[in-house]
Amino acid sequence: MEDFMLRGLMGGVGVALVTGPVGCFIVWRKMAYFGNSMAHTALLGVAIGFAFGIDLRLGILISCMSLTIILVLLQSRKTLSTDTLLGILAHMALAVGFIAVSLMETFRVDLMGYLFGDILAIGTLDLWWIYLGGAAALGVLAWLWRGLLALTVNEELASAEGVPTFAVKLVFMLLIAFIIAVAMKLIGILLIISMLIIPPAAARRFSKTPEQMAALAALAGIVSVGAGLWASLEWNAPAGACIVVAASALFLFSYAWEMIAGRG
Amino acid sequence: MNEARRSLITAANLHLRIGETTILHDVGLDISAGEILTLIGPNGAGKTTLVRVLLGLLKPDSGEIRRKEGLSVGYLPQSFEVDHSLPLTVRRLLRLTQKPSPGEMEESLEEVGAGDLLDHPVQSLSGGERQRVLLARALLRDPELLVLDEPIQNVDVNGQSELYRLIAKIRDVRGCGVILISHDLHLVMAFTDQVVCLNRHICCTGHPEAVSKNPEYLALFGKHAAESLAVYTHKHDHVHGPEGEILPSEPEEARHHHGGA
Repeated sequence: MEDFMLRGLMGGVGVALVTGPVGCFIVWRKMAYFGNSMAHTALLGVAIGFAFGIDLRLGILISCMSLTIILVLLQSRKTLSTDTLLGILAHMALAVGFIAVSLMETFRVDLMGYLFGDILAIGTLDLWWIYLGGAAALGVLAWLWRGLLALTVNEELASAEGVPTFAVKLVFMLLIAFIIAVAMKLIGILLIISMLIIPPAAARRFSKTPEQMAALAALAGIVSVGAGLWASLEWNAPAGACIVVAASALFLFSYAWEMIAGRG
Repeated sequence: MNEARRSLITAANLHLRIGETTILHDVGLDISAGEILTLIGPNGAGKTTLVRVLLGLLKPDSGEIRRKEGLSVGYLPQSFEVDHSLPLTVRRLLRLTQKPSPGEMEESLEEVGAGDLLDHPVQSLSGGERQRVLLARALLRDPELLVLDEPIQNVDVNGQSELYRLIAKIRDVRGCGVILISHDLHLVMAFTDQVVCLNRHICCTGHPEAVSKNPEYLALFGKHAAESLAVYTHKHDHVHGPEGEILPSEPEEARHHHGGA
């Protein structure tokens, strides 16, 4: 196997190990739109990173975390629903980011790269980022797990039983911002959001407990990465898009399985 | 229970405003071990808010709350819907924030008459089964106080009185206090020791029969509710005539009923 292929595979597997379990909570808590908004906001982060000459990841992290905190503050006023607030904030961030990028003459952002990334361009340093960042993310998730699951089942019950619901929700949102910031530059918006949503959805049918679903989602992500990269090599097609298609195929398979099993 | 009244929560002069709206105005109550207190009032009366304040989940603007030290509470929220995307069996639900052994889980499910539900997905339970499972879950915390927010919602009529009997039985066996939120007094009447009628302030409080005759209660719930209540309470002190009509009751019995509160 070629080196870039191996690095792409290792990077993809690393991402899948994190996005599977984290994505389960995004699916359970119906936060897909939040993930999307984070990804939109990332463009602003790219612009910030470039303008101030700092690491683009840091720029993305700053913009996503700021957006999260603004969202939480606005949520507490309870005048507009979360998805409306996100729709406003994310598109504002995207538009401002786009303007900022276009005003900087020396900087050309590759919008295709922004959408799809290039998993096959992952270098050794990137792998360090993925595995160390990923280990940190999983550590935080493990720490949150009990409380986050309890409040996902029923927020009132969780708070009555002593779960600090506000803090747990905030840390989880910041965790998503962190994951998107680390992974976006490498694999693009489309792939990171797909990896957060599709493998957990595919894993749902075969799981009896939340923990099972988290593990199966990670596995489904790894299979998608493998199959996608293979297909990309075989047909000389863009790798990121192939992984998304592979994950979707897995989901459709689980759906078909449900239809057949459900009839028996 | 021959012990003296052991107070679990005492609250007095609670005030709470959220934005421009007064939610609680000068509210106070007292719940003791072994006692069933029903909190009754129309929608938006602040019943759930009051309970959240009593449990310390919400800070009142002013007022006093004294909770028994280390008070353990079992709580049943008003609504409990688990999204279908989340695979969750009863077994896993019971172990969500506690670590009961399999034996303890089975025991507490047996106690609420839901012994066969351990491996069912939570989403497949009927309204009544769901409440029993949540009750079993609350019992695993060995609560001194059970707080039940509208426990009979989505439970069919037969299940409703069964559920109330179960709650009363749990109180008898365990001697815990119970706070019950309801907006249907006549169903809980027979099981209740104390009624607090709330409409952002306390309209009236006391023994269920006394509350049911209080003018403020009647103004809130209308004459119809009061009449159905009267029929229910007095079913033993009147007799039915040949056409099913209600004949006047014996004066002595009537006195007996009105003397208590």
